[in-house]
Amino acid sequence: MAGGSGERSYRHGVTASLPLSVAVFGFGISYGVLALSVGMGRLAPLVMSATTFAGSAQFAAASVLGGGGSAATAILAALMLNARYLPLGVTVAPWLEGGFWSRLLHAHLMVDESWAIAAEGQGRWNPRVMLAAGVGLWVAWVAGTAVGVLFGDALGNPATLGLDAAFPALFLALLAPQLRSEERTTAGAGLRIGASPQAVAALLGAAIALILTPFTPAGVPIISAGAACLIGLRKRS
Amino acid sequence: MTTIWIVVAVTAAGTLALKAAGPVLLGGRPLPDRLSGVVTLVGPALLAALVAIGTFGDGQRLVIDARVLGVAAAAVAIRFRAPVLLVVIIAAAVTASVRAVAG
Repeated sequence: MAGGSGERSYRHGVTASLPLSVAVFGFGISYGVLALSVGMGRLAPLVMSATTFAGSAQFAAASVLGGGGSAATAILAALMLNARYLPLGVTVAPWLEGGFWSRLLHAHLMVDESWAIAAEGQGRWNPRVMLAAGVGLWVAWVAGTAVGVLFGDALGNPATLGLDAAFPALFLALLAPQLRSEERTTAGAGLRIGASPQAVAALLGAAIALILTPFTPAGVPIISAGAACLIGLRKRS
Repeated sequence: MTTIWIVVAVTAAGTLALKAAGPVLLGGRPLPDRLSGVVTLVGPALLAALVAIGTFGDGQRLVIDARVLGVAAAAVAIRFRAPVLLVVIIAAAVTASVRAVAG
């Protein structure tokens, strides 16, 4: 690829991700505030934003720890939410150039937003766009987290502020678009069933978690809910 | 405090492994159909569980309190495509108001 078009790709990545970066900055602030409110301190959430760089997983870990869950359940919940990066990574892989470290850097900067921006249709991805967008989003996420952990406790008592309700609200906001986008694809595929597999998995997951709550240690109901994804095995049968 | 740092380190390493598995290990090969069918459903299942526990969970008990109204308000905001930060603020504000009123 010519140098000029490469530069244009980087610029496109930055401009396309700018509006999202503003949103991600705000999202980062809420992560910093909520992580601080469950006792993660200031430095750990900041390091986690820089190294894990995956919003929903970080919120999930904070939520499990805040609910009294063990380290193992918090890690499992976070990694299960990040399992989606496995197929995303596979889609981008053929378009990446360069050696191990370059591929690792591209992988780290691949989040839902940068992946979506870099999609050029027909299964093509532009790695330069993804890199530039990823850098912008990473800076916004880490900076937002920093603001959140620095000024979070100036807000006051988390329970009085209703911050405990902010967690489920946030997870609902992350869940909604997944159910919406699936409505369209299943309609396109001509499926006659009323509910999408996504919606069924969601309902099943919530039911499993609520049923297990009285009987298992904190965090276990959440990771057990992941079993609902097994309905995906019989999707095509 | 150690617990938190273990979570931070292992989650970071595990996440990078998941993100990099395709680009570094698989090259251009696709995932088996059955695996990708399952993987796309883990997210919705776990997110819904987090919504349910976050709304009704109180340790090992299930309770109905001010959070239900906060999350309901958030659901309305999501219906009208409000940005995530606004959704979170609405949920917290409604919950806090209900608590303030109910004492």
